[in-house]
Amino acid sequence: MTNPEKTSNTLVEVPLYRLAHGRTGDKGNISNISIIAWSDQLFPIIERQLTEEAVARWFADRRPQRVTRYALPSIGAMNFVIEGILDGGVNDALNLDSHGKALSFFLLDFPVQVEKEIEATLPDIPHF
Amino acid sequence: METFKIGCAAGFSGDRVDGVGPVVKSLIDSGGHTLIFETLAERTLALAQLTRNRDPDAGYEPLLEDMLRPCLADCLHHNISIVSNFGQANPPSAARHIARLAREMGLRAPRIAVLAGDRLEGPDVMEYLSRELPGEIDSNRIVCINAYQGAEEIAQALQAGADVVVAGRVSDPSLVVGPARAHFGWGANDWQSLAIATMAGHLLECGTQVTGGYFAVPGLKDIPGMHDLGFPLAEITKDGQITISKPAGTGGLVNARTVKEQLLYEVHNPAAYLTPDVTADISQVEVQDLGGDRVQVRGIRGWPRPEQLKVNAFMRGGWLAEAEISYAGVQAEARARLAADILRKRLGPELRMRVDLIGSISVFADDAGSMLDAHPPSASRDIRLRVAAVHDDRHIAEKLLKEMNALYTCGPAGGGGVRTSLKPRLNSVSALIPRELAPASWSFLA
Repeated sequence: MTNPEKTSNTLVEVPLYRLAHGRTGDKGNISNISIIAWSDQLFPIIERQLTEEAVARWFADRRPQRVTRYALPSIGAMNFVIEGILDGGVNDALNLDSHGKALSFFLLDFPVQVEKEIEATLPDIPHF
Repeated sequence: METFKIGCAAGFSGDRVDGVGPVVKSLIDSGGHTLIFETLAERTLALAQLTRNRDPDAGYEPLLEDMLRPCLADCLHHNISIVSNFGQANPPSAARHIARLAREMGLRAPRIAVLAGDRLEGPDVMEYLSRELPGEIDSNRIVCINAYQGAEEIAQALQAGADVVVAGRVSDPSLVVGPARAHFGWGANDWQSLAIATMAGHLLECGTQVTGGYFAVPGLKDIPGMHDLGFPLAEITKDGQITISKPAGTGGLVNARTVKEQLLYEVHNPAAYLTPDVTADISQVEVQDLGGDRVQVRGIRGWPRPEQLKVNAFMRGGWLAEAEISYAGVQAEARARLAADILRKRLGPELRMRVDLIGSISVFADDAGSMLDAHPPSASRDIRLRVAAVHDDRHIAEKLLKEMNALYTCGPAGGGGVRTSLKPRLNSVSALIPRELAPASWSFLA
């Protein structure tokens, strides 16, 4: 995968949760995952790297039938609608989490390339 | 009457029932108008229908009395209307229960409106759905078919003076659209206004999910006072601004982030959020943090409502068998994987089984096990093996439970803490149906 952020040797890879937060919703066998940038300046970075194709690949084990990305730049957010990844959904799946409520946290581990200077400004979990 | 004020005290059946006090106090202090309870997730209704089948007086929200006892006197006294889908599969019985409760509490008799028309029966509907969903509708297995009704009947009932509106299946945001329409006198085709009220309803319908519930990640986004989350309040101005807040002195947080997460919750195309009332468009929405747990939402647009109504059909779906056992200490995961392998061999191809290694890989994985198969064995020293399978024949499903129990003596070393469960399963399918096949109505409880 070519890296659109690759303009220098100062790039580092960080998990998406350092750039954004999000929540999963479900309707039938369709999952929607919102990805909301922590700040407006991070939105274009996410927009360039978190494409429909990249998200489809990230969820490959769940065999998505279709991934549609809706951008909402006015609130620095994107909404991914991922069809066919819930093993039938809340009434059919054998998963403990048949709603797929955990799936936003699967996507929030997606690796994103950012400039080192930006990385230094990103929120992070405590490291012990 | 320039601003409509509404609060929500439940976001699903089974929500906390002690959040209502501060919501009602805020509504009283601010001259508020309506209190809603949302208690009807997709599956809740079918479960309620099964309950009603066993007991013709049941099938409405089991916590109805716990929800209303703390607030009914105040709401009646201060003319705060109560609107809810807590009627579930039996709105008339829920209404009678409320009337009884008011008598018991020595209150004036509330005017209770009962909505009808969401439950669909009869050959026309079956024929239509069988055509729309070929091969998916098995009339022998049907538990119930329900249409998502809109705000029209709620608004009419309130305008006729209802103190309490008891609905079954209505679209969740309609619980707010109905009262807002009654308050402002909007027409049924005032799309812009209906869209604004719809999104206010969407923000309220999951209760604390907009006030800091379902949001916290320690270290990344912390929420104060989660043991005492405030339930949400909304103000809608005549010119179309929504302000979301929560009662003073409660836990939780309302900021731009909590509101944005809920704004997109269960939304597909943001330019076309479809309800029975309107097509709401939030593709250009703006969210502004006003500080002090107040957030303003602007820029919502509205377009004509969809021609058809959404219906869910629920069918009996066999038996879900689930079983768990724990392994801890050296080779814990290896022992859990061996146990799963033993179960697979014992059950054979008759019962397709899902495997979870809780503590290593579970909810992220798919039912077919492709992620589990690719997952390298971990050195985790505390694994709970969980297996699940579904079968039409109860006795075959039960084999999973028996084989799990047998692992106490016939399985790997040190397995303990077996728990098993066998539950009837419900399957669902959705379709769109012409409105004339699902006429809605309402009446006052006699």
